[in-house]
Amino acid sequence: MLNFRGCKEKGVKTVFLITASMSILVVAMIFLFLGKEGLSIFKEVPLSSVWVDKWYPVSFRKPQFGIIPLLAGSLLVTAIAIIFAVPLAVGTAIYIAEIAKPMEREFLKPFIEVLAGIPSVVNGFLGMVILSPLVKKVFSLSTGLNALTGGLMLGIMAVPTIISISEDAIRNVPQSYKQASLALGASFLQTTFKVTVPAALSGIIASVMLGIGRVIGETMTVMMVTGNAAIIPHSAFDSVRTMTATIAAEMGEVPFGSTHYHALFLVGFILLSITFLINYIAQKVLHKYRLGE
Amino acid sequence: MPKKRTNEKIVYWILRGISYFFVLIVAYILFDIFIKGIGVISWDFLTQAPKKGGTAGGILPAIVGTLYLVLMTIIISLPLGMSSAVYLTEYATQGWLTRLIRLAISTLAGVPSIVFGLFGLSLFVIFFGFGASILAGSFTLALLVLPIIIVASEEALRSVPPYMREASLALGATKWQTIYKNVLPYSLGGMMTGSILGIGRAAGETAPILLTAAAFFLPRLPDSIFDQVMALPYHLYILATQHPEVDKVRPLQYGTTLVLMALVIGLNLAAIILRMRIRKKYQW
Amino acid sequence: MATKISVKNLKFFYGEKLALADIDMEIPANMVTALIGPSGCGKSTYLRTFNRMNDLIANTRLDGKVLIDGHDIYSNGVDVVGLRKKVGMVFQKSNPFPKSIFENVAYGPRIHGIKNRHQLQEIVEKSLTKSALWDEVKDRLDENALSLSGGQQQRLCIARTLAIEPEIVLMDEPASALDPISTSKIEELIHELRDNYTIIIVTHNMQQAARVSDFTAFFYEGQLVEFSATEVIFYKPAKKKTEDYVTGRFG
Ligand SMILES: Nc1ncnc2c1ncn2[C@@H]1O[C@H](COP(=O)(O)OP(=O)(O)OP(=O)(O)O)[C@@H](O)[C@H]1O
Ligand SMILES: [Mg+2]
Repeated sequence: MLNFRGCKEKGVKTVFLITASMSILVVAMIFLFLGKEGLSIFKEVPLSSVWVDKWYPVSFRKPQFGIIPLLAGSLLVTAIAIIFAVPLAVGTAIYIAEIAKPMEREFLKPFIEVLAGIPSVVNGFLGMVILSPLVKKVFSLSTGLNALTGGLMLGIMAVPTIISISEDAIRNVPQSYKQASLALGASFLQTTFKVTVPAALSGIIASVMLGIGRVIGETMTVMMVTGNAAIIPHSAFDSVRTMTATIAAEMGEVPFGSTHYHALFLVGFILLSITFLINYIAQKVLHKYRLGE
Repeated sequence: MPKKRTNEKIVYWILRGISYFFVLIVAYILFDIFIKGIGVISWDFLTQAPKKGGTAGGILPAIVGTLYLVLMTIIISLPLGMSSAVYLTEYATQGWLTRLIRLAISTLAGVPSIVFGLFGLSLFVIFFGFGASILAGSFTLALLVLPIIIVASEEALRSVPPYMREASLALGATKWQTIYKNVLPYSLGGMMTGSILGIGRAAGETAPILLTAAAFFLPRLPDSIFDQVMALPYHLYILATQHPEVDKVRPLQYGTTLVLMALVIGLNLAAIILRMRIRKKYQW
Repeated sequence: MATKISVKNLKFFYGEKLALADIDMEIPANMVTALIGPSGCGKSTYLRTFNRMNDLIANTRLDGKVLIDGHDIYSNGVDVVGLRKKVGMVFQKSNPFPKSIFENVAYGPRIHGIKNRHQLQEIVEKSLTKSALWDEVKDRLDENALSLSGGQQQRLCIARTLAIEPEIVLMDEPASALDPISTSKIEELIHELRDNYTIIIVTHNMQQAARVSDFTAFFYEGQLVEFSATEVIFYKPAKKKTEDYVTGRFG
């Protein structure tokens, strides 16, 4: 009886352990499959050939798989998104955490949640029909489908992530810090900007990093609004093509196992590695400040 | 002094302005979609297949396809996510394995959706030979929502106070009896709530199914889980980008957007209502 | 007087921190033993060694022996689940499950394999009668247990414990959160149960210890200072420290 029960308990625990370990297996397999498919491009072309500034995957004379334009595209769009999103999102986080009354907070939060829940294809669509004509008109451009439009749309999409984690960090600053500052005669705003925000800084930085991670991996929106030219952009008004959009747009048509196929997997592998690093560091930062509380 | 007060006021108003800027954006988006989409919605639009390559007719196959994908995603991800959460909250001790599992989950949460697409393509479509199908797409989406379900389920399990477990163990119940009879019954609702939020995310995703399940134009309903399907988000993408006369099909684009948003927001609302009812039921 | 539990050289550690130091004690069968002492002296820790509830806390260590009916409950291969069936526990904060009154009491028997509805009904009635709650709840067994008053909830928890037919009942400040009337009901109940169970009760209330217990153990900073018949502890304590405590000079 005792033994049977003991075995059953062990068995149940093992089953749960196995299911929980599936996540490890999945992550390992993602790295393995993308790494294997991506890196096998180097059996066909030398390492140096992917570090060029031309991405001409389908060409009769000489296909080229330079990832520099794609990296540049992703970088530019991400930079625009973050420059646009961070001040607005952190400002909103400060407002919601420190200034808004409870009722107002309850009113504001659902809007941020809805914003977070809008599917990226819908964002892309809205970017096409609302934002891009606006950008075109304001800057008198020939087309509104460019890095700026993409960056702005992605910025809006990064906002909910940054707000929710920053707000958490700001609220978690011990009351005693704030009271000490207020007791010294500092005004509420001085306290907020000189004490509260610096104390919450690591949390805010982590939120921005997670925002970057989200933005750099975003696919449908950028594919729909950036114009998709695989060239190294010279300004925010140039059309760009990100790593994500390249994969999404071209993967459907490549022959299985071709150099182009492997090149796209290589792009995916690089993307995976970048987001992994960013998220890993962000988690470390978050973990530290949570322990520091 | 007065000058300082004015400065403070200005900063206040700037912060307030920024916050309400987002309220405006969201309200405008919802309003725009509703106004321009509602005119297209009709019985025919919802119940007929698309015609003329999508420039006319309805979106039934896309609705059905998305529902199939969502349903299969639930079937795959829910048991896996919930039992992972049970392990993490009830059994896991501090140690390298637990840390590794947590690292894997947070990594998974940050993997870009197109990378899931690539992975789904190489594992489910090619390696397992599912082909581009509901099955392959659902497995891919299930991995995408897995971290959301795990985190939500963990929270639900942790909301059952520790003394519930102690009291049961003190009566001579085994650990599994305690979990099964005295923890799961009270946390199942909360687990479902969080999971619905994850599912809402899956319903709107395009990139993961682009390579694993979605059909460009397939005006019939799927017969089996090995069929390709149309899906609402992908259909919207096609309508918005792949038509020679993009402006002519604009109303259809809005109609599709409205249906997709209604589905996503509907799922979220369902989760919120469920959460409120559960909160009333168990006040520890 | 038969010994039910005999404790030898017991030490208990939370991490590096020593919470119980070299306890030796013989707890008599079918008597009420009270554990008293200032907050943090280790009473709850000690109580929880008897049903191995401390096992649930990570990073703890126990030295020495605890024998129940002559068997070391910490030796290898002991069936902890069986032990907890034999040693029931009532907690400080009443903690009924958010189920019906009936299901609360039937929880233990069900766990231990009784499925027959009729048999369960009998056990529920018997346990509720023993815990002096039957008359108050017999018409509302299907109501949620959380609808009971605090005192009723605690008596329900006692019934829930009695339903698994333990030989020993551990009570950790069972009345500390209750009003005086409920408290006196619980005390009466302890009196009644004494004939059939070995009861160990932790209490902060000196009068309560004096009223309900046959023996009293006084703990101080993890050590057993004095253990004697209750009258001795309260009227002729051997140690100065005990006298100071029971007369309210500290603690
Ligand atoms: N889970 C734990 N981890 C670490 N230390 C603990 C833990 N539980 C109790 N302790 C410590 O062990 C000592 C004894 O605690 P215990 O709860 O047994 O005291 P007590 O006599 O029951 O006190 P009280 O009258 O307040 O209930 C205390 O110093 C306490 O801080
Ligand atoms: Mg105690």
